[in-house]
Amino acid sequence: MTRIGKLPNRRHLLAGAAATAASLAAPAIGRAQGAPLKVGVLLPRSGFEAGIGQDCQRGVDIAPAILKSLGLPDLTIMNGDTESNVDAAREHAEKLIGDGAQLLIGAFDSGQTTAIAQVAEQKGIPLIINIGAAPEITEQGYKFVFRNFPTAPMLLGSAFANQLELFGIVGATPKTVVYMHVNDTFGTAMSKGISIVMPKFNMPYKIVDEIAYDPAARDLSVEVAKAKAANADALLVVSRLNDAMLITRELVKQRWTPQAIMSMGPGWYEDQYLKTLGKLSDGPISFDPFQDPNKKLSKVLEAALAKAYPGINLSTNHVYTFEALLVAADAYKRAGSADPKALVDAIRTTNITDNVSIGPGIQFNAKGQNDKLKEGTIQNRGGKLVTLAPKDAANAKPEWPMTPYQSRA
Amino acid sequence: MPFDVYLNVAVGGVLTGLVYGLMALGLSVIFGVVRVVNFAHGEMMSIAMYLAVVLFAAFHLDPLIMMVPIAAVLFVFGYALQSGLINPFITRPEHSQFLLLVALAIVIVNVLLIIFGPDARTVQTAYAYDSYQLGPLIVDAAKVYAATAALLFAALLFAFFRFTLVGKAIRACADNYTGALVVGLNVNRLYALTFGIGAACVGAAGAMMTLIVDVTPMLGPSYTLLAFVIVITGGLGSMPGALLGGLLIGLTEALAGLIFTPSAKSMFAFAILVLVLLFRPQGLLGRKAA
Amino acid sequence: MAALIERLTDDGSRRTMIWAAVLVAALVIAPWVVNDYLVTVLIVILYLAYTGQAWNIMMGFAGQLSLGHAIYVGLGAYIAAFLFTRFGVGPWVGFLAAMPVAAACGAIIGFLAFRFGVTGVYFAILTIAFAEFARIGFDHLDIVNAAAGLFLPVAQYSHNDLWRLRGDPTMFYYVILAATVVVFILCRVLIRSRIGYFWLAIREDEEAARAAGVDTFRCKLYAVMISAAITSFAGVFYAFFYNNLFPEQVFNISQSIQIILGPIIGGVGTLFGPILGAFVLTGLAESLNSALTALGLDLPGAEQVFYGVCLLFVVAALPEGIWPWLARRLGIAERAG
Repeated sequence: MTRIGKLPNRRHLLAGAAATAASLAAPAIGRAQGAPLKVGVLLPRSGFEAGIGQDCQRGVDIAPAILKSLGLPDLTIMNGDTESNVDAAREHAEKLIGDGAQLLIGAFDSGQTTAIAQVAEQKGIPLIINIGAAPEITEQGYKFVFRNFPTAPMLLGSAFANQLELFGIVGATPKTVVYMHVNDTFGTAMSKGISIVMPKFNMPYKIVDEIAYDPAARDLSVEVAKAKAANADALLVVSRLNDAMLITRELVKQRWTPQAIMSMGPGWYEDQYLKTLGKLSDGPISFDPFQDPNKKLSKVLEAALAKAYPGINLSTNHVYTFEALLVAADAYKRAGSADPKALVDAIRTTNITDNVSIGPGIQFNAKGQNDKLKEGTIQNRGGKLVTLAPKDAANAKPEWPMTPYQSRA
Repeated sequence: MPFDVYLNVAVGGVLTGLVYGLMALGLSVIFGVVRVVNFAHGEMMSIAMYLAVVLFAAFHLDPLIMMVPIAAVLFVFGYALQSGLINPFITRPEHSQFLLLVALAIVIVNVLLIIFGPDARTVQTAYAYDSYQLGPLIVDAAKVYAATAALLFAALLFAFFRFTLVGKAIRACADNYTGALVVGLNVNRLYALTFGIGAACVGAAGAMMTLIVDVTPMLGPSYTLLAFVIVITGGLGSMPGALLGGLLIGLTEALAGLIFTPSAKSMFAFAILVLVLLFRPQGLLGRKAA
Repeated sequence: MAALIERLTDDGSRRTMIWAAVLVAALVIAPWVVNDYLVTVLIVILYLAYTGQAWNIMMGFAGQLSLGHAIYVGLGAYIAAFLFTRFGVGPWVGFLAAMPVAAACGAIIGFLAFRFGVTGVYFAILTIAFAEFARIGFDHLDIVNAAAGLFLPVAQYSHNDLWRLRGDPTMFYYVILAATVVVFILCRVLIRSRIGYFWLAIREDEEAARAAGVDTFRCKLYAVMISAAITSFAGVFYAFFYNNLFPEQVFNISQSIQIILGPIIGGVGTLFGPILGAFVLTGLAESLNSALTALGLDLPGAEQVFYGVCLLFVVAALPEGIWPWLARRLGIAERAG
């Protein structure tokens, strides 16, 4: 259900008036170094993306303590729920800004993020996108929007490069590949990108069939049957968590173990996948933006997460949401004030090398995009995730080909 | 594509379709007799599915066994719902009824969301990954069990309506409301009973559906729509029609997904619906009712 | 002009007119008084009032329950957006292009339904089927970027460009306010016209109307087409306000349901019903939100539950909608229908 807006009432009007009066009367307070920066965090906490939103929230929860230990200023987190739809996202962005947010972070879903970006741009409040791959967002000429996450073309380029590296390490390549993808915003963006990006990499395999499936599909037996019938060596896939589990189950039931499962999206490395499928979860390789396990801050983040949420593996959602907050705190420190223009200028000159994600660090190009991000190649192993590539981030050797499902106990 | 792929997919489609059929059977009973547009049908099924998940997690009882108690719980729920909430709405305009059930559906979906969270839940039975291989045919074991149970339940239901007094009374109500009143049947009680029975069907179907798909709170609405497509295609008020409709839709979706692009396979179900509505509105096996 | 006003206001009591004028005046000065967040909220309310009123023509006046109205919104949105992104055509011209397409779509649905005798719940389900068809269809339509979404070049906020609908939310507010007022007046005109009386006859008893010589088929078809055409403007507005379109969201059945909730709560077939309904629904949402925040609770989904429960209550206790009840209380007589 989409949410409907709200009726004005005295409380809101008074609050609005009070806020205006306060900011007019004491402008110096806002700029004082000591005051925590008010950061509005917009995530889908309800609706169909709620699971992901709640996962990202974990990255938010453990951030303040870590940021403090790094000597960065405090942040006051204001939580907003986009309710997994565009209207609510826009409204809540307005509301948070009205309530005094000086910076926004969000929102995982590209559609909702675009709505928030427009509000941020119009109000002159910086927005740091934690996760969201639609390339258009940083192509539209926004001045207040920054993204520390790869766009779909970047994801693809990095994935193909990593695959080549992986084939080099393993000494084997699949000759044919069947490509399955979810037919939603992300999946379609990735598919469109493939035809543009893949030819640049001279990949050793051919895509023999492309199978798109409905994101709301209850049962993927037909799709997997089709994939199996393509008789390819490996399975290339862009899916979400639920589909990943459904596909795996069908692979087991239909008795087909591909040489490798190469995922260029979320799902296959997530906790629920590992927990639910147990031994059957081993093997799939994901090419995803991920933490660099060898970086110092990664270890700190991992420990904090393990303490606050035992049993949850550190992964993309936590990493990039945390990094968005890291950027915010760092910019605030360098700007020395919460004035939006100062913040934006500070964010633009961000250069954090002591971060968590793979790559040289966090910096933004003229369009507000961090185009230096790299992806990791991770594999599921024994209920945990190991990093296979890039070399300096690796901590294990690949398992190739996958152990047949039927022979796993 | 080799023939065995078509065969496998078709068999899978038929088996799933039988479980859909049982769910639709519940709606056919409700819609056909009580004439209530139960737009909360799929949501009722998700309640049943969550019950199955919870009971399995707590007691490790197979959903096929849990089918009976879950159906019973849903029966009580349906009975109470009809006599308590829906009865006054029978004479109200259709959109009132519909909105009542939409409101109910919204409440159910979100209560489930609050209680269980948005992540998919699953029932991991011992045979969850089993399949039978007969020559080129590879059949999903869980689907076979679910479909068999669905058929059994449906058979029981047919027997009930055909051979028991209560069953005949209910059919009388459906055929001729005024006549039933004249003859002295307690129509209100029979309506409640019928709704309860329809709900029990949904409950059983839900228990079985957990063997095939994972549960999320958001599953309800799409199943409601599916149930209506099946019931209309098969024929309102016709119980074999509901099963046939389920089978047909299950099969068509599966084959359409195989031949064309899977992401568009729902379009075929809708296309069938439109064709049926236009050219044979009473459905395949329905009688041309008033 | 005087005759027009006379025609519009005759038979409406002075009290109704005063209330209406007060409401419109309040809405006109609203952006100067309230903060930006509330302006956004009001935009959503008015959008719902507009679409609800458009839907009301089909349901309230001609008695045809459409549960797939999102298809007209989607068509309007996509056509206008496509023309803008590909050919630089402004939204108002885009609307002129989208309107006949939406009307034609409505005509097809109406023709199929009425020629083959599909009514009541079956008609409703037919409309759902068409909307879903459109949703899945557009999800695969590469020319508008399919499921990846159609993005409009972002609005600049330095000045208001009414021709291109680029600018401040306040501009959008006045556009949707004006649209709502126009639709309201249009409905009032329609209801008093010949076709309005035919619709009333059809709604009350179609058989009798046909017996009396009303061409029910034509009248119902017109209702559907007019409703569809008007709704398509909402789509155009949506596209240019939100600047991105995803078939999954625009054609979604939850959009269709949201469109009908306002009129049903407010009062199907009445003029003020849809507008009142839109305000009441948001009022309900607001009171719960405040209550939850006051209690410090964070329960995603709780708002929807309460919302559903309130809906249940209104449907059970005030079946004709809130407006007829309110009108009686305020002593405003509104003519039946």
